[in-house]
Amino acid sequence: MSEVVPGEVWARLRRTTPARIALGRVGHALPLGEVLDFQLAHARARDAVHAALDPAALTAALAPLPVLEVESDAPDRATYLRRPDLGRRLSARSAAVLADAGGDCDVVFVIGDGLSATGVQAGAAQLVRACLAGLDNLRIGPVVIAQAARVALGDPIGEALGARVCVMIIGERPGLSVHDSLGIYMTYAPQTGRTDAERNCISNIHGAGGLSPQEAARTLGWLLREALRRELSGVALKDDQTPTLAFEGQGPA
Amino acid sequence: MPFTCDLGGERHSFADLKAVLAAASPARSGDELAGIAASSATRRVAARWVLADLPLATFLNEAIVPYESDEVTRLIIDSHDGASFAPIAHLTVGGFRDWLLSEAADEAALAAIARGVTPEMAAAVSKLMRSQDLIAVAKKIRVVTAFRSTIGLPGRLSTRLQPNHPADDPRGIAAAVLDGLLHGVGDAVIGVNPATDSVPAATTLIRMLDELRGAYAIPTQTCVLTHVTNALAIIERGAPVDLVFQSVAGSEAANAGFGIDLAVLREAHAAAQALGRGTVGSNVMYFETGQGSALSANAHHGVDQQTMEARAYAVARAFDPLLVNTVVGFIGPEYLYDGKQIIRAGLEDHFCGKLLGLPMGCDVCYTNHAEADQDDMDSLMTLLTVAGCSFLICVPGSDDVMLSYQSLSNHDALYLRSVMGLRPAPEFEAWLADVGITAPDGTLRALADGASSFVRQLAENLS
Repeated sequence: MSEVVPGEVWARLRRTTPARIALGRVGHALPLGEVLDFQLAHARARDAVHAALDPAALTAALAPLPVLEVESDAPDRATYLRRPDLGRRLSARSAAVLADAGGDCDVVFVIGDGLSATGVQAGAAQLVRACLAGLDNLRIGPVVIAQAARVALGDPIGEALGARVCVMIIGERPGLSVHDSLGIYMTYAPQTGRTDAERNCISNIHGAGGLSPQEAARTLGWLLREALRRELSGVALKDDQTPTLAFEGQGPA
Repeated sequence: MPFTCDLGGERHSFADLKAVLAAASPARSGDELAGIAASSATRRVAARWVLADLPLATFLNEAIVPYESDEVTRLIIDSHDGASFAPIAHLTVGGFRDWLLSEAADEAALAAIARGVTPEMAAAVSKLMRSQDLIAVAKKIRVVTAFRSTIGLPGRLSTRLQPNHPADDPRGIAAAVLDGLLHGVGDAVIGVNPATDSVPAATTLIRMLDELRGAYAIPTQTCVLTHVTNALAIIERGAPVDLVFQSVAGSEAANAGFGIDLAVLREAHAAAQALGRGTVGSNVMYFETGQGSALSANAHHGVDQQTMEARAYAVARAFDPLLVNTVVGFIGPEYLYDGKQIIRAGLEDHFCGKLLGLPMGCDVCYTNHAEADQDDMDSLMTLLTVAGCSFLICVPGSDDVMLSYQSLSNHDALYLRSVMGLRPAPEFEAWLADVGITAPDGTLRALADGASSFVRQLAENLS
């Protein structure tokens, strides 16, 4: 490739995307260096999938915000991976904790480990703060840290805390280039049984060419206000604002 | 009606038809998650004996998802073509397997029965077929569709160029498009999954892709894989939409989970056709599917995931799509646990789709939480290409930096076309030669060979 297209042109192109472009080839195959680089990235992602969340450290990072700790019904990581149904359900202990807490608020933020506890550990507290900065006039519930969580675990949490909207911040599936991406799922009137079509999603929030916390917070702020005003979320609520996504320029390592 | 089978003095009973189908299915984690998988290896074979003796017509008389409450079942039953079914109406599922493998079942015979086969029949017979059977029969079936390029002709393997970007940056997407084109990839579609579910963002990307395609007269179609209701809004705004995309599943409730029904697909199909943008054909729909989607929406009705997947193909074929592909390893290990399950599912999906008359492709892929790696993908892409798969999805270096999963690479397309002597769609092949990406003999130009001025200019414009 690099001979077909001048090197400086490819260099400019590579700065526009973290995608693995202009890798060159040996015959029809990838050069060995690229093959091994890929294997290393895959190995790191595999290791990240099995990392565990440290809720105490996350609570400290969120201080002084009030925090509740819950977990789903999936008892360990291996079960969590094969049983998403358990990851959408609160453990009996957690259901009792939330029932005791009760409440009545506009928005509850839930931080779930999802498939990247690494990403949640690194970026969730900062993302919550960025989101809160734009929500001055809303009543915000305690931040809930949820382990072994799937997206829909936010439904029983939001319902128990009397939230009009649940905002689930969750670790996304690790990719090769990015192991620490976060997603936000916003659900109006959270309750067990909501479908994915009733949620709005902001994905790819990370520092390697994805959305910045501030950009994600801006989009969420718009969605939240519209959801509260129109009393709905999901496909019926289109993100009609001018797109603000911008790639901040970091090529592959 | 209970179904029974006696094996070596042991009686195996199955409560109903869907229990037989589920138990007969090759082992996979999704059916175990749903609690419907065979409880032992012996019981799995017992279910296959039961299935083998069932008349195909059983599936016309006994709905596994209720007709009254499910519009996909109504679509399947109401659109069933009795005349097409007639040549196979007398067969059992086992007899159907034998007939499919026989010389009598040639290209013409298989085309003639397509509209007489229901998804349940296709799924049932696939459960009695080994991988080589799935390959051998699919290979005999030809489904040709067209828009600006023609997909599915003999001796051809098409590819979707998937230039995704984590922040939808148009220049980054264009850079990945260039990388794909220089590998001869993109004749099925240049299709972007947007990172954000926004009408303005998708419209920006659609305009950018269309300008790029138009400026260089690339004989392919572009698509931004946004929700069908977004596509309708984008068409209303006058943006240049070639293909309307939607993920579809095998039950009304699962489709509701995607925020769609048959009515909105009909509306979108009509809106896209009205634009009249195709040059060599008018297939305007692009559908993706994948085993496990119905269960993940808790909308599987106790039916195994492979049968539900085949039912999604009934939704797709109602709209004469240009492209349909299963995203086979995307959904994760809770549905397809490892490389073995992903490979088997990819072959089943391709076979069932082709048998039902669909232009079936595959996103040969896996996620980082599945027990799979590149060796498994090499196996599946090679098997599917032997089976005559219409198109495969390619991303630069196998790494989708937006969706965080591994698909095939542009290099993989080179490998497959090379080892099996296959070429891109004819319109695209001619373009590749015209602009100097390929040599006159069709091979990708050697890198040191120097590029045409066209390629150099394209790269400089994009950068």
